[in-house]
Amino acid sequence: MALSSAGEMDLSHEGESKGRDPVLLSILGLAVVFILAHAIGVLPSWLVRLPESWIPPTAEVLDVVFAFVQNDLGLIHLTRFIAEGPLEFMLDATANLLYGKRRWPNLGPIPWTAIAAAGTVLGYYLGGWRLAALAGGTFLWTALIGQWDIAMQTMSVLVVAAPVAFVIGLLLGIAAWKYTWVDVVIKPVLSILQTLPFFTYLLPAVIFFKVGPTAGAVATIIYAIPPMILMTTLGLKKVSPEVVEAGKMSGSSRFQMLTQVYLPSARTEILVGVNQVIMLCLAMVVLTAFIGMPGLGAKLLAMMGSFKLGRSFEIGVTIVLFAIMLDRLSKAWVVKQPEHHEKGTPWWKEHAFLLAGLAGFVVFYILAQFIDVFTEIGRRQSFSKGKEIDTAIKGFLALDGVRAVTEWLRWFLNVKVLIPFRNSLLWIPTSAFILLIVGFSYWLGGRKSAIYAAIFFTIVALSGWWDRSVITLYTVISAVIISMLIGIPMGIVAARNEVWAKRILLACDTAQTFPSFIYLIPAIMLFGVNDVAVVFAIVIFTTVPLTRYTIEGLRTVPLEITEAADMAGATRRQKLWSVQLPIALPTMAVGFNQAIMFAFFMVIIAAFIGTQDLGQELQRTLAGTELGKNIVLGMNVALMALTFDLTIMAWAEKRKKSLGLD
Amino acid sequence: MDTVIKARNVWKIFGADPVNYLKSMPEGRTFDEIRADGYIAGVKDVSLEVSRGEMLVIMGLSGSGKSTLVRCFSRLHDITGGTIEVEGQDIMSLKEKDLIELRRNKMGMVFQSFGLLPHRTVLDNVAFPLEMRGQDKHDRRKRALEVINLVGLEGREEYFPRELSGGQQQRVGIARSLAIEPDIWFLDEPFSALDPLIRREMQDEFLRLQDLLGKTIVFITHDFDEALRLADRIAIMKDGAVEQCDTPDQIVLHPATEYVAKFTEEIEKSRVVHARVLANPVNGSAPEGEAVRAGHTILQLARQLVNDTREELPVADKNGNLIGVMNRQEALDVLLGAN
Ligand SMILES: Nc1ncnc2c1ncn2[C@@H]1O[C@H](COP(=O)(O)OP(=O)(O)O)[C@@H](O)[C@H]1O
Ligand SMILES: [Mg+2]
Repeated sequence: MALSSAGEMDLSHEGESKGRDPVLLSILGLAVVFILAHAIGVLPSWLVRLPESWIPPTAEVLDVVFAFVQNDLGLIHLTRFIAEGPLEFMLDATANLLYGKRRWPNLGPIPWTAIAAAGTVLGYYLGGWRLAALAGGTFLWTALIGQWDIAMQTMSVLVVAAPVAFVIGLLLGIAAWKYTWVDVVIKPVLSILQTLPFFTYLLPAVIFFKVGPTAGAVATIIYAIPPMILMTTLGLKKVSPEVVEAGKMSGSSRFQMLTQVYLPSARTEILVGVNQVIMLCLAMVVLTAFIGMPGLGAKLLAMMGSFKLGRSFEIGVTIVLFAIMLDRLSKAWVVKQPEHHEKGTPWWKEHAFLLAGLAGFVVFYILAQFIDVFTEIGRRQSFSKGKEIDTAIKGFLALDGVRAVTEWLRWFLNVKVLIPFRNSLLWIPTSAFILLIVGFSYWLGGRKSAIYAAIFFTIVALSGWWDRSVITLYTVISAVIISMLIGIPMGIVAARNEVWAKRILLACDTAQTFPSFIYLIPAIMLFGVNDVAVVFAIVIFTTVPLTRYTIEGLRTVPLEITEAADMAGATRRQKLWSVQLPIALPTMAVGFNQAIMFAFFMVIIAAFIGTQDLGQELQRTLAGTELGKNIVLGMNVALMALTFDLTIMAWAEKRKKSLGLD
Repeated sequence: MDTVIKARNVWKIFGADPVNYLKSMPEGRTFDEIRADGYIAGVKDVSLEVSRGEMLVIMGLSGSGKSTLVRCFSRLHDITGGTIEVEGQDIMSLKEKDLIELRRNKMGMVFQSFGLLPHRTVLDNVAFPLEMRGQDKHDRRKRALEVINLVGLEGREEYFPRELSGGQQQRVGIARSLAIEPDIWFLDEPFSALDPLIRREMQDEFLRLQDLLGKTIVFITHDFDEALRLADRIAIMKDGAVEQCDTPDQIVLHPATEYVAKFTEEIEKSRVVHARVLANPVNGSAPEGEAVRAGHTILQLARQLVNDTREELPVADKNGNLIGVMNRQEALDVLLGAN
């Protein structure tokens, strides 16, 4: 009770002091003055929008720089060499093995039954019959539904990209841990890379590495490296000092220390990194459909484009199954502890799983030579029900009741909420807009956040894409507000009951492993192709972290505090508002932050369904080769996202400290 | 006697620029003043020697600098000032390669929370130092099994650390530190993380090993009873400095500082003080009659002290040779706790 009442006093006190804060007041005051002036038409036009002549030709300059690096410095030869050399070689080999592309080693395609058998044994080894069923079921579904080949196209890139990203991430992580200067250089790059929308990875990859699997693999690799670096460094730093000293006292050389002591002791974090690498690779590899990578993503894109909902749905299920399988298997590997074998165990027993996996593989490989469906399930043999599902979904959507609801929702959101909101945001003069954002950052995060906000948004204004940026921001804000209205109450309700809390957390966990692409499917199904569908897709995507962190935040409230509140005679509502929520707020802020990041990410993917924001422009850059513009647009999204990230995290830190929660 | 570790005016200061700070620091700066300057004196002007085959116990409250001092001896920390010689060699002048050699052949260390490598079996943990120095697989397995037997872990060779109890894990730690047959053995609160009952058992085990092996030992503890059970000499540390370094008898009889006196206040002196220590040189003729054994504590002699009426009692070593006389009143004072 003491803690919570102190927290509340603190809150109100903070509110008061902020309310009177002259800096904040003058920032907001100035914004209001600008807005009023604009309303009566006396605001100088350069304060409404920056004049064209002020805008530096950043994109053009970048293009020149890139052209220079690419052609005059000959970088393109290097990158093309890498692409056509080792990388393409590996990709070709996996493509041959997995779906029979005519390349060395010309052994493939491996029969699907053989892969499924080996995968099932691996699942059993890592996590018992549940994971065996998951792995086996995923492969079986994929084959039976007739998507084996496209799934393997995706996997053939994944099995190259993930290990390469792992190795590079591991090495960079070790370097960053060992040499401070590497750490100093890498840290800011990583934090930018992590907020950079995926599109900015794609175009450079295309330019430097040709269209197709190679560029897709490069973009995927780069995209997946950052978390591996972070996890490696984290793990190495966490190795207990006594273990390190024991290693030194055992007379280990530096190299022995690294390979025998540090890396094995950091196993858990490194494997968590592996899990993240795999999941990011999957997410990205699906998205590389945009640059012409064949596979599940491309198929989904095509099916959604031609509004074939049934097939889209089936592909969506395949992608989701693969995501869950890869996630669960790699997570099971994280927690898998070595088991000792009793002395005198025969060697075949020690390696029982390996042998069983091999046996399954070989048996089916041989069987497949005689039975065709064991090698491949053709189009006509497959169990795909694309057409029927399509008809069913469209029939369902056409039902009067359903239709009335979706149409009304679409109308209401569009006409009453989204368009007015968008128009008013667009109406606000640039100067006032920046001041409002700065004021917001100042109020929440303090002076440092405000300075960042000012710099970042000024750059956005100077990029020459202000209106598109505002539209992006509008989509993000509307979607996040709607998902707050859904996610937070849902989290609060779920947190009341331990069982439900666990279930919903698990559901959120699982949903977060899905490649973002998936969320477009229901949006398009329900609303067709328009703004509402975009917002809807983002809402589903961002409700997940909001719900999740609300539950987690409420669960961190110490039991004694809620008990003290009960003893003080608080009603449920009082307890929630004055005890639990204030303490849970810093954790919830993390979820809020994630939601905003996700929204920025999704808004660009959703450009596919036809929006007018930065995402669409970004997409256009992919068609041409406007690298400079691509990067400017990407930077805009990253800068806006970073502003929120820094502000919210600064606030959460402050709150945590004042609540003594760390 | 042969000196194995010789530390002279050793300083270990933590902070931004300790070397220059120490150089410019005025003489006689106290721990708190140093802290006010933004530095921490982990080890503060320590001089002491450890002889071959001796067990020196370093004791003091948590944060008094015990671990830091021992890590200076093994050069896990580079010292800020002073010199440390190990077997006549200044260890601060050792190159990395020589330091690794020294650790591979001469030193073993046991840690409070064991410091085992979680991914290796008991056998592989114990064989780890041998592996590091490149011994071949067969040899190191043989030697590792030997020490595993020595610490009573036979049958658990293939277990992983997390499958063992705390006491068993520390046995692995001990076995590992002994695998290379070190001359010098450092133990940093090896039993503090264990339950009291197990701790007692491990102390007995440790004494058995020491009887068997006779190593030069620096043993850290914050538990005075443990120190008294094990030590040849005790060094009591406070704020990085050694307050007193002497035999247990002398420490309880003649505490050098207020702090040590306070520390020993609760100790029942008669259990610590041996007759030998109270023996004065024979002045004139030796007293007649039965002698007390020099190696017995006053507590063990209690009955005799109370019943005997002589003013001076002869003290003899275990071969019966007279080594001095003990004042009975003085001994009774120790027994009854009078000052
Ligand atoms: N690496 C380090 N950096 C800074 N201060 C340290 C470091 N190691 C120990 N200290 C400080 O040195 C003092 C002595 O610590 P330590 O030797 O671990 O004490 P003990 O082992 O007696 O409990 C403590 O105040 C501790 O905080
Ligand atoms: Mg210590």
